[in-house]
Amino acid sequence: MSATFRLPTGGLIDRETTLRFTFDGRPMTGHRGDTLASALLANGVHGTGTGIRYGRPRGIVAAGSEDPTSLVQIEQPFPEPMLTATTVELYDGLVARGLSGQGRLASEPDPARYDAKHVHCDVLVVGAGPAGLVAALTAARGGARVVVVDEQTRAGGALLGTREYLDERPSAEWVAGIVAELRNTPGVLVLERTTAFGVYQDGFVLALQRRTDHLGFDAPADTARQRVWRIRAKQTVLATGAHERPVVFADNDRPGIMLAGSARTYLHRYGVLPGTRAVVFTTNDSAYTAAIDLARAGMDVAMVVDARPVAPGVLAARCHARDIEVRAGHAVTGTGGGDRVTDVRIAPMPGTDGTADTVDCDTLLVSGGWNPVVHLFSQARGRLRYDSGLGAFVPGGEPPAVGVAGSATGALDFASCVRQGRDAGRAAALAAGAAPAGEVVLPVSDTRTDAQPGLVLWRVPGEPAEGAPDTRFVDLQRDATVSDVLRATGAGLRSLEHVKRYTTIGTAHDQGKTSGTITAGLVAEALGTELSEQRPTTFRPPYTPVSFAALAGRDRGGLHDPARVTALHPWHVAHGALFEDVGQWKRPWYFPLPGEDMDAAVLRECRAAREGVALMDGSTLGKIDLRGRDAGSFLDMLYTNKMSALKVGGIRYGVMCGVDGMVIDDGTVIRLAEDRFLVTTTTGNAAMVLDWMEEWLQTEWPHLDVYATSVTEHWATIPLVGPRSRDVLAGLAPGLDAGNEAFGFMEWRDTVLDVGAGVPARVCRISFSGELAYEINVTAWHGLAVWEALMAVGERYGITPYGTETMHVLRAEKGYPIIGQETDATVTPQDLGMSWAVSKKKADFIGKRSFARAENNRPDRKQLVGLLPVDPDLRLPEGAQVVDTDRLPQPPVRMLGHVTSSYRSAALGRTFALAVVRSGRERVGETLHVPVGDDLVPVTVTESVFYDKEGARRDG
Amino acid sequence: MTADIGIRTSPLAAWTDRLAALEPALTAVERPFLTQLTVRVSDPVAVAGMGGALGVAFPAHPCTSTRGRGPFGDVEVLWLGPDEFLVVAAPDSSVPVEDALRTALRPARGVVVDTSAQRTTVALSGPHARDVLAHGCAVDLHPSVAPTGTCVQTLLARTGIILRVADAGSGAFTVLVRSSFAEYLAAWLSDACVEYRAALS
Repeated sequence: MSATFRLPTGGLIDRETTLRFTFDGRPMTGHRGDTLASALLANGVHGTGTGIRYGRPRGIVAAGSEDPTSLVQIEQPFPEPMLTATTVELYDGLVARGLSGQGRLASEPDPARYDAKHVHCDVLVVGAGPAGLVAALTAARGGARVVVVDEQTRAGGALLGTREYLDERPSAEWVAGIVAELRNTPGVLVLERTTAFGVYQDGFVLALQRRTDHLGFDAPADTARQRVWRIRAKQTVLATGAHERPVVFADNDRPGIMLAGSARTYLHRYGVLPGTRAVVFTTNDSAYTAAIDLARAGMDVAMVVDARPVAPGVLAARCHARDIEVRAGHAVTGTGGGDRVTDVRIAPMPGTDGTADTVDCDTLLVSGGWNPVVHLFSQARGRLRYDSGLGAFVPGGEPPAVGVAGSATGALDFASCVRQGRDAGRAAALAAGAAPAGEVVLPVSDTRTDAQPGLVLWRVPGEPAEGAPDTRFVDLQRDATVSDVLRATGAGLRSLEHVKRYTTIGTAHDQGKTSGTITAGLVAEALGTELSEQRPTTFRPPYTPVSFAALAGRDRGGLHDPARVTALHPWHVAHGALFEDVGQWKRPWYFPLPGEDMDAAVLRECRAAREGVALMDGSTLGKIDLRGRDAGSFLDMLYTNKMSALKVGGIRYGVMCGVDGMVIDDGTVIRLAEDRFLVTTTTGNAAMVLDWMEEWLQTEWPHLDVYATSVTEHWATIPLVGPRSRDVLAGLAPGLDAGNEAFGFMEWRDTVLDVGAGVPARVCRISFSGELAYEINVTAWHGLAVWEALMAVGERYGITPYGTETMHVLRAEKGYPIIGQETDATVTPQDLGMSWAVSKKKADFIGKRSFARAENNRPDRKQLVGLLPVDPDLRLPEGAQVVDTDRLPQPPVRMLGHVTSSYRSAALGRTFALAVVRSGRERVGETLHVPVGDDLVPVTVTESVFYDKEGARRDG
Repeated sequence: MTADIGIRTSPLAAWTDRLAALEPALTAVERPFLTQLTVRVSDPVAVAGMGGALGVAFPAHPCTSTRGRGPFGDVEVLWLGPDEFLVVAAPDSSVPVEDALRTALRPARGVVVDTSAQRTTVALSGPHARDVLAHGCAVDLHPSVAPTGTCVQTLLARTGIILRVADAGSGAFTVLVRSSFAEYLAAWLSDACVEYRAALS
């Protein structure tokens, strides 16, 4: 189909380039510089879809992001839902279709890159129209660091849609001159295709830059398609312009009905006529210019219908000169047509003499005045004020560090807009500490300012016929009508926020850019209140839709969440370890041999630890260096037992409680010197425990001479476990007497490991398995070499690397709890059977007073016990409930507790579990039941220690 | 200890080639095994004494660092907090530097802790170093705001870092990252360079 509505000349399009695209299955062409909407209009297509509630045909209404109806689904090059045709730049090969409401997301991952970038500036200018450009240039000449963002493909703002002359030359020349100067000024960043979509505290503004969308299939794969700019500005100037406001009347939603200013934009920017014969319906002067421009371009403009009693004389005369009839004191009361408007009905306004009439046309252009774009201003906590002359909310009080300029203030004439831009730019530059700004000569426009005030008209008077559906649409995307608004107020709703939620007006992709103010006006009319007393609905980010892909940026896939790895990680990977995520850490889970499943691998690893020798990577354990004269007494307050009595060279296990007496962490404390300790924490709590220490040191006990330093990653930690561990250690530490007499349980020694060269090491006799074990600590740099040396020396003993699963089984066989697995912030040390670790002598420690509460001493608290399934092959699911009946009664069923850990044990030759059970310790020997699938499985309650109850194995 | 050089591995040893491949868009080089000592002290006399022992005065202002040459060779002192500093010196000098600092500290309250292997160091320079950092770091690194010597603890994408401006004029930076996050940092840097490398090729 040829582009029959494209004018032979004019517009900011590249006529040399023909772009092929398909819409709703129809192949068409357009030019570079077109939007999808302008290309459709050039092809005579207005209709883009249907309304979501009533299925009525809908078309292109506006020329920018305020368009309420032209939602399209992009299919090629990559599926993307719910874009507005008015903001999609045309490219070759584009395949799109119109939408009724929702679209579809791609089922395959988006191959495009997205990223983010931080930028800082003295002055951020949002909007590169005349006011914004003058503001930016004023600030830039003052030496300020300036960022200018503009939504359009090129600077110019409203000038892009006019034929205005500035200083007697085309406005584009003036724009180009300013942009060139800005680009050539160091410290100035001009970003086109960039929408500031959110304004937050302290000058923080987010903007989305569409960097390669317009290239379509030619977009380079290694260039981020969209970028979120994270802008921090000392001062922000909002020159965001104005949106034209429609007027509501019956059947105001047909394709072919557009905003007048938008039609003018299609003419001047794209060289497109919106149709063949137009009627213009206006309440203000601005639409006259559209009528005259379109007539001059060859369109048959049948009539200007002006709701005001008297038409503006000069403009009306210019219309008459072009054979455009001007009918003042009239309004459009309805339209005819199906997929396109075919005629409009006009009638005199109430109290005006005149005659009703019907005029044939295929285009109806509407203007109800202009709404300043105050979205970002409002997000910045700027106060809005209702201007009854404009019929719009305007900035009524600027928040700190925010200025407004141009038609965003409600200014209607060019001279005011650029003057405000200069003033705002100068004020912002000065406030940001830049030098006094150089004078920018303000351009003079050849356009006339409005001669006659506009009429504020929300809707044309008149009601739908009895029984007929209301077709006076307020929000075209939500298919919400005047009746819907009146139904809301009739139901007693007075707040606009409530009406918005009741009617859903303003909740679609456009966030009510064309419907919000009208709704406010209708509500005020219905309630008989003044709009100045109504608070408009809150403007929230984002100003225009932003895709989740853009927000995610590069934080996806492997970069979504950092994987923390130890110094030994490369070895684990090379030796086939499977990994478990513990917080952000990657920990080896188990090391399967070829053909082994998890059960087989874990049984083998456990056997090696109990019968031979095995080793694991314990480097993730949190480690905190604690020094100072008061370190001992500080530890006495942190832990439930007495740490200050620990001798230098000794190690003690400790439990840490919150102020509520519940266990928050456990670990070992090593006394390195009188004033120096090394504290270990569980892997997941390392940061929490350090914060906990700092909190107490900084807020409660600043007098203590104690300093806590994280050394977690300074050390590689390798537990060497099993009856043969002493032999392996001896082979590597010739200078260390590792015998029981010289090196007792819960003691540490410094030594030098012979790993080809000497490596200083600290060896601790700590056991989390019950076996003879040595925890070897070397700097992380030496970890890999020491691990490999241990593997080599241990080879003849069958040394076996093991992972977290085996560690869990070994400790569970000994009844050692894991904080966070056996505990959940409601478990006390006593519940864990660790009264022995709670000092009765210490005057105070964190959590102590809670132990005296009645609740803490209830005999039916959940206590840690062991469970042995009667079927020794059955492994209970972790998290399963424990009940005391062998048949489930009607709910609610009394739960006694739950299984916290459950494994298959090589040492026991059967399955076993740990559980917290009400009055658990009194129930030892009882048979309880656990629901497993549809069955109720009998289990025997036991002590929590299953293996080597006497502790005979820890000395080898 | 100098005898063990052959048997120690730095956190980014496996990334040497991949980081080198980012040239010329970004020069990213690990500076492994540097001596790093965490110093906690607030007594001004002790601070001055420790600076004297190093031959490099401790930074007097928040978010700055100092560097110089003294008895232990080139030394940097990074301000990390109101009473916290990181002393960075050449590899294999932790024992003498720690001894000297501890002697100078006495009798004031404070500690000197060897944290050399806690973090590794990556030197960034090249035409896009500042750009690459701006993709993940919210701190303003414009030379007028962050002159040479600026030192902050901040986030780069999703890892905490210590960031030092080595040369504001040429755009050279030093990033210290926890060893466990080093590979993430390297992967992130590589990914951040994709577009700059494409533009240069």
